[in-house]
Amino acid sequence: MSRKQRRLSLIVFVGIVLASATGLVLVALQDSIVFFNSPSDILARPPAPDQRLRLGGLVVEGSIERLPGEIVRFTVSDGTNTRQVSYVGVLPDLFREGQGVITEGRLQPDGMFKADTVLAKHDETYMPREVAEALKRQGVWQGDKSKPLPVSPGKPGS
Amino acid sequence: MIAEIGHFALVLALAVGILQSALPLWGVRRNDHTLMRLAPTLAGVMFVAMGIAFACLLSVHALSDFSTQNVFRNSHSTMPLVFRLSAAWGNHEGSMVLWTFTLALFAALLSAFSSRLPVDLKAATLAVQGLIATTFLLFILLTSNPFLRLDPAPAEGRELNPVLQDIGLALHPPLLYIGYVGFSLAYSFAVAALVTGRIDAGWARAVRPWVLIAWIFLTLGIALGSYWAYYELGWGGWWFWDPVENASLMPWLAGTALFHSIIVMEKRNAMRVWTLLLAILAFSLSLMGTFLVRSGILTSVHAFAVDPARGIVILVILSLFIGGALALYAWRAGELGPGGLFSPLSREAALLLNNLLLATATATVFVGTLYPLALEAFSDDKISVGPPYFNLTFGVLMVPLMLCMPFGPMLAWKRGDLLAAAERLLAAAGLALVAAAISAWLTQGGPLLALAGFALGTFVIAGAVSDIILRARLLTSSPRTALSRLAGLPRQAFGTLLGHAGIGVFLIGVVSASTFESETIRTLRVGETMSVGGYELRLVASGPRSGANYQDVVAGFDVRREGISLGHVESAKRVYLASRVPTTETGQLRIGFGQLYVALGEVGKDGKVGVRAYWKPNILLIWFGLVMAAAGGLCSLSDRRLRIGAPAAARRAIAPAVTAQ
Repeated sequence: MSRKQRRLSLIVFVGIVLASATGLVLVALQDSIVFFNSPSDILARPPAPDQRLRLGGLVVEGSIERLPGEIVRFTVSDGTNTRQVSYVGVLPDLFREGQGVITEGRLQPDGMFKADTVLAKHDETYMPREVAEALKRQGVWQGDKSKPLPVSPGKPGS
Repeated sequence: MIAEIGHFALVLALAVGILQSALPLWGVRRNDHTLMRLAPTLAGVMFVAMGIAFACLLSVHALSDFSTQNVFRNSHSTMPLVFRLSAAWGNHEGSMVLWTFTLALFAALLSAFSSRLPVDLKAATLAVQGLIATTFLLFILLTSNPFLRLDPAPAEGRELNPVLQDIGLALHPPLLYIGYVGFSLAYSFAVAALVTGRIDAGWARAVRPWVLIAWIFLTLGIALGSYWAYYELGWGGWWFWDPVENASLMPWLAGTALFHSIIVMEKRNAMRVWTLLLAILAFSLSLMGTFLVRSGILTSVHAFAVDPARGIVILVILSLFIGGALALYAWRAGELGPGGLFSPLSREAALLLNNLLLATATATVFVGTLYPLALEAFSDDKISVGPPYFNLTFGVLMVPLMLCMPFGPMLAWKRGDLLAAAERLLAAAGLALVAAAISAWLTQGGPLLALAGFALGTFVIAGAVSDIILRARLLTSSPRTALSRLAGLPRQAFGTLLGHAGIGVFLIGVVSASTFESETIRTLRVGETMSVGGYELRLVASGPRSGANYQDVVAGFDVRREGISLGHVESAKRVYLASRVPTTETGQLRIGFGQLYVALGEVGKDGKVGVRAYWKPNILLIWFGLVMAAAGGLCSLSDRRLRIGAPAAARRAIAPAVTAQ
């Protein structure tokens, strides 16, 4: 084969691999994208049955109940609307009443959100970004609770 | 006072960095050797200045000087020394200093160990290295200075994020950063090659050790991070396809492709233009990795520092380095001329296929990681791309890669014989089938996909071993000659063996842990028993225990299988006293290569303990395989060819003989 032919066959081969990878990416993206919703979003745009989605908000104070069989139920609020969530399993360490939480799962026909994943972030002062924005949209955002620090540039001799 | 010295050292380093990026390049342009020879000296001064700055940062943390804002925010006087030190890089500002220190270290190492490099290539490389350092120092001094003071000084600090108070995560960032920053040399070399036009086998030989060093550390860093997430986050998963994990995986994939393509360039002077691009991309992805973790651009389980205000500066830096290098590449790469020819069935072609698959895999991870960001920027939808996406796209691409892996080393350079290679791999393929049959019998007909995974893993391992056996002709010659042949093989051959076999071991670990794991969740009182994966766990004791800066509730379990005692495992719920943050301290009992993994849930006042237990068969093979691969990298690094630049060595060997006459 001449240099030109070799180059051409290489380009064709690379093209085939890239095209199949692109196809794969598109198919995979279609099936595994999960949209984030606040309780108000779910009311405004009810998801299709069996669609996986993320539900985020604040855990309502006093809403956590524990049922036999490691089932936990709690209510997630965005300040305007709420949605009850049920989850089987051990909750993350930072899961607490009044704190931000993101859950992932499916909406049941009876209106209960059945979560198989509960994410509560590492840092205690940290609010999941999606939750913070959903709260801002509902007008109940109270700002960053962590106090600003007094900062002074380095002083010589201290 | 220490903080001020550190601050001053940073400013000094910035001044040196400006000189280091300007003078040598000016020298290259005017062909002025005096200016070019300044580069190593300036790199040395930069290293000293950054060393002082980093040492100052470590000492204000070690001494718990809470008048320094960075210490106040991330440290507490009751923390043990090792975590007071790791707190220095467990935050954004400190980690940037560590990053720049590592950058200066690599530049200094290059200055010290590259006497055979052409003087203009060396000067240009060090200049680019200086440019990166200058940018980072500007970023540190203007937006993220760790030496800012607090007035009045608080009496006590806020404590390091408790999940970071762990030896695994104390070591994870330095390893990862050595990996990320190591690729900066490949980048600088690539840009220097584009500037000076020096791109040949000598270039490849000069760059390869640095790429290998970076790759070894990145591999270890990723393995350690994954093991940390496994035991510390308490979910029992070892890889979550989290954006931050992906951010470290992408440079790893690009780096893996890079050190393979450099081999082709070194041996056959082919794939030169592509190798340059890969070198630029590997470091660009490292830069992205560094910033994605620290900027808060991505929401992630690992997002510790959240400050979007820095986002703009970061974006500017990223586009400057990535865009600048790519523009230079587009302008100059065409002038490099064609490389060596090879047939579609040859070692070169196999390595090309390796590069193609690795690069495509990198691209799919890139799309999955950044697509949510892009979509949010252009519409209001907030999405996340979950593990199914990555498992499908990445997994499908890895299968042909691993199938071809044993063939590569068996093919000859320039023109290979696929049939002969396949014949040599018959034994390995047979072993793979046997392995699949045995595992089908052991698991009583496990899922077909898992059996195929075991077969593939075994094929990769056996293929790597048979390469060595055939090269040393171990089976067809007397033991003594076989052994001497084995000893005579280049270290690189053993590097390939360990590297490839390590990936096979890794695959077997992944398949067993993900397919055959079992999980049980129960609430137990003392004396009660639960069973998981055929093992019986009896809660024998539970109660409080105090540590240096935390309070535990510990539960102890006795583990038995069919009445035979296998050992004891403890798991705890921990509360850190300063920040009142709770963490889960999981317990593991190793049985063979598998682990019994116990995490505690709620501990009730009535003595009931929520327990989540997993049996994870062969899970340790995952990290063992990665460490093996890293050891393979080390083995290759010690190869004679990489230690000694062959052309220059030959000239030196002749020179004394001539003078002796």
